[in-house]
Amino acid sequence: MENRELLQTPSQTVGPYFAYGLVPEQYLYDFKSLVSNQLIDPTDTECIIVQGTVYDGAGQIIPDALIEIWDASHNAFGRFGTGTDPQNRFIFYCHKPLSLDGSAPYLTVIVLMRGQLIHSNTRIYFSDEAELNQLDETLNSVPVERRSTLIAQKESNSYIFDIHMQGEKETVFFDV
Amino acid sequence: MILYNNELDLSVQPSKLYPDYKSTVLRAPRKPMMIMKQSKSELSGPVFGHSSLGVLDHDLTKNSIKNGQPLGERIVVHGYVLNENSQAIPHTLIEIWQANSAGRYVHKVDQHDAPLDPNFLGTGRCLTDANGYYKFYTIKPGAYPWGNHYNAWRPNHIHFSLFGANISNRLVTQMYFPGDPLLDYDPIFQSVPPKGRKLLISAFDLSITEPDFALGYRFDFVLRGYRETPFENKK
Repeated sequence: MENRELLQTPSQTVGPYFAYGLVPEQYLYDFKSLVSNQLIDPTDTECIIVQGTVYDGAGQIIPDALIEIWDASHNAFGRFGTGTDPQNRFIFYCHKPLSLDGSAPYLTVIVLMRGQLIHSNTRIYFSDEAELNQLDETLNSVPVERRSTLIAQKESNSYIFDIHMQGEKETVFFDV
Repeated sequence: MILYNNELDLSVQPSKLYPDYKSTVLRAPRKPMMIMKQSKSELSGPVFGHSSLGVLDHDLTKNSIKNGQPLGERIVVHGYVLNENSQAIPHTLIEIWQANSAGRYVHKVDQHDAPLDPNFLGTGRCLTDANGYYKFYTIKPGAYPWGNHYNAWRPNHIHFSLFGANISNRLVTQMYFPGDPLLDYDPIFQSVPPKGRKLLISAFDLSITEPDFALGYRFDFVLRGYRETPFENKK
């Protein structure tokens, strides 16, 4: 049963100038950041690195995206703008998420940028969880040929997760 | 009983692709969104407390002073954060960023030939109180040109980021000012269906206007509400 008395405030783009508002320390502004890309201490033995590049529909790297991740299994939230990494990647230091309610481990991801009037939602699953991935209800609801867009590939101590906004490799985005 | 998030209300929310706003053309996802069953991850989210905020975070007229007061018209903005069910959202974070009174952002990407203000960074944040009420002080932002089309100008606006009760209620939006003639020409504002546009325009509010100090504006945020059953596949 819907229960709506008031109208939702419409979304508007985060624009190109979010850096000093949302990730000020990363961009070296003189204002304290509430959130960083280090969900745990990078020297922690349990720390994994999740990193990737965001591409537009022309295959160009997007240097002004803001990526947010939420790990409900550790109550941990992180944020990174792609503008300060030399290769315009996003990089997170975090725990490997735990399985919740039998699902495969994943990170909840919010993608914001100039040119998006509403942010996009996706998930990062992990390539070294093949068994749980095969049983995951959400992954299985995605057409098989697009499933790989949701799975970060393990490379030594990092997981690589590129985000394609459009095109043949368009990342699966969810209505949540 | 589990409460599930309501859907986005497409009668008021902008579509992802809006070609008049040119950078949506290569950046808006084109394939249909996949429907997802809401789980603990969609029904939880980060919590920010008073201890995370600085004492001047809610006062953009004071939080980055170097050698004097920022230039421009002081304003006070207040209102409530609610959900569609008319419930107040207490103790929730509101992050704020904006241009200065000359229409210039501090961000180094902003090359608009208008002066920076050494005493104004243009960022702040506040938390709602137990009743979902918030209030902050700032300088009224100026309009500025942008490259979307010939003679394109953004109307005066303040950017906001909110989390609400869970991560699925995340809202990033912009607040505009009443009577701004640029609203009719701004594709970002016009991307919102007509029914939703007035929800983005603040109201002048004499009741919060402070004599000899600052003009007042009222702006309420309404986040997604809740229902008792998950939404069945609609597609």
